[in-house]
Amino acid sequence: MYETNYHRASSIDDAVAQFAKGTDSKFLSGGQTLLPVMKQRLAAPSDVIDVAKIKDMIGIDVSGDTVTIKAATTHYDVAQSDAVQKAIPALANLASMIGDPAVRHRGTIGGSLANNDPAADYPAAVLALGAVVKTNKRSIAAEDFFKGLFSTALEDGEIITQVSFPVPAKAGYAKFPNPASRFALTGVFVAKTKSGDVRVVATGASQSGVMRVAPIEQALKANWAASALDAVTIPASGLLADIHGSADYRANLVKVMGQRAVTAAG
Amino acid sequence: MSTVKLTVNGKAVSVDVEDRTLLVHLLRENLNLTGTHVGCDTSQCGACVVHVDGRAVKSCTMLAGQAAGSNVTTIEGLAKGDELHPMQAAFRDNHGLQCGYCTPGMIMSAVDIVHRHGGKLDEETVRHELEGNICRCTGYHNIVKAVLDAAGRMKVAQAAE
Repeated sequence: MYETNYHRASSIDDAVAQFAKGTDSKFLSGGQTLLPVMKQRLAAPSDVIDVAKIKDMIGIDVSGDTVTIKAATTHYDVAQSDAVQKAIPALANLASMIGDPAVRHRGTIGGSLANNDPAADYPAAVLALGAVVKTNKRSIAAEDFFKGLFSTALEDGEIITQVSFPVPAKAGYAKFPNPASRFALTGVFVAKTKSGDVRVVATGASQSGVMRVAPIEQALKANWAASALDAVTIPASGLLADIHGSADYRANLVKVMGQRAVTAAG
Repeated sequence: MSTVKLTVNGKAVSVDVEDRTLLVHLLRENLNLTGTHVGCDTSQCGACVVHVDGRAVKSCTMLAGQAAGSNVTTIEGLAKGDELHPMQAAFRDNHGLQCGYCTPGMIMSAVDIVHRHGGKLDEETVRHELEGNICRCTGYHNIVKAVLDAAGRMKVAQAAE
């Protein structure tokens, strides 16, 4: 790791002020992605601003039809939350599948979203549930937040403070994890909103990051059942291909994980 | 350079380190607590697992500065003098190690698993929850046996307190 300066922020305002002082600052939350990347010298921020202990950034609130998770809340706390398990069980389940227990004890929802790894789990839930990402400056709809591999609508120095998920009528998540990293080789989140809209999102599959899957959405709109996807074909064009799986293999995984997600959703 | 103050195995310590120092290096190189190992250095193998404020974390993926003010427990902090922690005793009795390289991390993760699940621990849960700890010698069978054995011993020990 190259040299860097570590700062622990005491508040959101303090974090923003400290960020502005560095020549090439980065916000640090759980650090489960940023630190490995810094260790490989793929990133060399002049300053890291630790936001993980800011009290206003930690906590879960469920009121009415909205689940709000503050940005520095760990995956472990989301997975264990009775309130999340009751309101959106698929979201708690997704959090329980990220990495391994030690990673879940450190990693946070805000960090995962800001990084927007093409194989991360949370972006699938945020886009499928139509969540709203709130920052220190504005609210960003899920549709406008993800901008392709590792890129988001966040501006330099803008910090995610919380994410609000509307409670769906039904939702489910299924993923085929890479056996070493536990990242999604392909994961699919299916959601039926309370107004009857169906949204299906795949992660780990597309070359441009998290993506909605129109053929599965149409099939499920007509018939909310795993068997409704039997006849669906997912085009392999634009899908990732690497040593773990070809684009055709991932295309089939999108369908199979979609079926398992519908079964999980009930 | 920064001064990092934290509590390690019950003792308050103050260490001057570069800001880029990882917690595992503070433990091994500044405090000479070499029981915590560096295996893969990519947060996958779990040889570096320690407890920070009661939760198992990978100390190769945490800056020393992030642990400032925290309570850290390493493998050296488990035994009471000559009396092994029930998890350490169970690993020995069940032959849960061969070369021993992964063992400190395995034991710290295993203690965390038992704390979180209490008496409701079964083989499937242990195997699933050890997915962040890699052993290349034993094939896990005796490790899982040791964790289940220790879960019983820790319950008995807790009931006796």
